[in-house]
Amino acid sequence: MRAAIILFPGSNREGDVHRALASVTGQNPAIVWHGEHELPAGTDLVVLPGGFSYGDYLRCGAIAARSPVMDAVRAHARRGGRVLGICNGFQIACEAGLLPGVLMRNKNLRFACHMQHLRVERADTGFTSHYRKFQVIKVAIAHGEGNYTADAETLARLEGEGRVAFRYCDAQGRVGGGANPNGSANDIAGIYSDNLKVLGLMPHPENLIDPLVGGTDGRALFESLLAA
Amino acid sequence: MKANIIVTLKNGLLDPQGKAIEGALKSLDIPGVESVRQGKIFEVELAEQDRAKAQALLKTACEKLLANTIVENYRIELA
Repeated sequence: MRAAIILFPGSNREGDVHRALASVTGQNPAIVWHGEHELPAGTDLVVLPGGFSYGDYLRCGAIAARSPVMDAVRAHARRGGRVLGICNGFQIACEAGLLPGVLMRNKNLRFACHMQHLRVERADTGFTSHYRKFQVIKVAIAHGEGNYTADAETLARLEGEGRVAFRYCDAQGRVGGGANPNGSANDIAGIYSDNLKVLGLMPHPENLIDPLVGGTDGRALFESLLAA
Repeated sequence: MKANIIVTLKNGLLDPQGKAIEGALKSLDIPGVESVRQGKIFEVELAEQDRAKAQALLKTACEKLLANTIVENYRIELA
């Protein structure tokens, strides 16, 4: 699998996702500067990494979403290529029109930075085949704007089409209530595009690939991508 | 030509920043503050002198970048 990680000014998790991909696939992903107009030939997966692109100016991800390289990323997605947007990358994917909705300021105004349980909503996609349906996983979250918001029609469509990828839950897998860290609609932590090839999520699976740093629940996402 | 673009959150959407500011104003004993919503103003200087063209150009700017119309409204005021 040939992966390309897009580097924006202010990205800061590109090294983490590079390490996760290299560790699972045995191949080094390309790092692509946001000012490029093309992706490396044969790119299978584009990763929009976490961070604070453009210092979160205007709106989180808004300026990065208008970078030259994003036209190439949209073309890649239109061809059925995979795109993974993590945290700020999820915000960028929404602003770029790759995914519906928007990530708003956390409801309680706090920067949420802790280990968080998620429920895997489906295990039949190219991102989650190495999980089980409704498996509860524990990964890190670190964001101030993760409150997923969309109009009622969009939410109904996402639910109806099975496009919710992950929901916030507690250790027992109970979704919602106090387990929701940011006020996100329907406890959504991640969503898919209509063809299930684009995934955006606020949590950081790339940081949970090594027992040395507290867990490996994120690893299956990259193993799924390798198998896809 | 100068223009102001005012971007505000749509009604009904939670504005936690506005709520925090509202709380701070209340704590300062400023009487009668019933609610606060936070928005943005962009002051733009344009080479275009034709008002209709300037309006159209700024509308494009709002739709393409300055506002996220999923959650925000915008208003263009030409000087």
